[in-house]
Amino acid sequence: MSVFAGPIQELVDELGRLPGIGPKSAQRIAFHILEVPKEEAVRLATAISGVKDRIRLCERCFNVGEAALCAVCSDSRRDSSIVCVVEDPRDIVAVERTREFHGTYHVLGGALNPIEGVGPDQLRVRDLLGRLEPEGVAEVIICTNPNLEGEATAMYLARLLGPLGTKVTRIASGLPVGGDLEYADELTLGRALVGRRQMAT
Amino acid sequence: MASFRDQGVVLRTTRLGEADRIITLITPEHGKVRAVAKGVRKTKSKLAGSLDLVTHVSLACWKGRELDVITQADVIDVFRAIREDLDKMPVAFTMIETVDHVALERHPMPELFKMLVGALSTLASEGGAVLLGAFLWKLLALEGVSPVVDRCTSCGEPAELVAFDESLGGFLCRSCRSGQAVTPEAVTLVRQILGGRLRQALAEPPSRATAEVERLATLATEYHLDRRLRSAHTSSSLP
Repeated sequence: MSVFAGPIQELVDELGRLPGIGPKSAQRIAFHILEVPKEEAVRLATAISGVKDRIRLCERCFNVGEAALCAVCSDSRRDSSIVCVVEDPRDIVAVERTREFHGTYHVLGGALNPIEGVGPDQLRVRDLLGRLEPEGVAEVIICTNPNLEGEATAMYLARLLGPLGTKVTRIASGLPVGGDLEYADELTLGRALVGRRQMAT
Repeated sequence: MASFRDQGVVLRTTRLGEADRIITLITPEHGKVRAVAKGVRKTKSKLAGSLDLVTHVSLACWKGRELDVITQADVIDVFRAIREDLDKMPVAFTMIETVDHVALERHPMPELFKMLVGALSTLASEGGAVLLGAFLWKLLALEGVSPVVDRCTSCGEPAELVAFDESLGGFLCRSCRSGQAVTPEAVTLVRQILGGRLRQALAEPPSRATAEVERLATLATEYHLDRRLRSAHTSSSLP
């Protein structure tokens, strides 16, 4: 039996479907929306429908954008000979924040996870292969998460792309800036040692 | 709130909220444990490196009503050789997926835990063509559904065994045969695995018989669990 009047209950139910929102939070947000001025509520509604109407996946890299090509792919200053392969469009934002990368991206749409039934066919691997020659890609940087699924994806891509003559690199693993060596786990510290760089002769 | 310490192998991780994960582990004393690792997705988390899949850890938890909370996790073994080998990884994925389905929550499972750690260590160090098959057959034996391999499952005659039927629970002679046809080499290998000659079976080089033993073991395990082992099928599409 619904406790609230129809429209409120509808809103509570819809909000309750969102990730991380339980029934109590849904109720709190619904009542907040009820209390705010109408323009504010309409702005939220427009933003929600706008994202569904206007946002699409980039035809080339599968990043999110408003046009057929995303902002990165349509930028002529980007170096299309270097492609950074990420799992998710949100990872592009993380890499862009570094301001260190000036190439283009390719979003795989996940990582290999056999337990969840995600194999190479469920990822956009074929699309990546199709970009290599037409775009003259010289280097593929594999920027998947440093966990077992991400490493499996990286090794799979390296095995697939290596014989094609493309340079395949993997982002380095190491200690976070401001971190404490004492708390570093052995795998991360081990990789940081293997990937050390020379500072003086 | 009560706390406990135990060892564990990470079987599954699921994202939770902003930066947390639910970690499923198999432990010897507490069986399958589902616990929240707070902030583990942040790069500076001191737990993150210890709670990746297929990691053997020593852990401390607060006991919760439904989910426990991990307060400390120290790596015992990360099985580095598995992480760095695309051929070993699918085997490890199938092992942890099977254990995840078999293990019971909060029910001591020292044998299952020991078996998984032993199998992962063997996979990391030497491997073996029949390792996954052997692991699954041993696991079925531990579950109490060891296949009949010394005589015909149907008539009980100690005749030559030529078929395997997972629904009957074992191998069959020529006159009772149903299910899958099997080679004598595969029957010998399964006998070795279940008859205390595991080391001898593991030394076997890759062959049609070792592949057959793995296929039959997967079939029998899926029948017992009444579900598909996703990793066993997804992994076969890797190059």
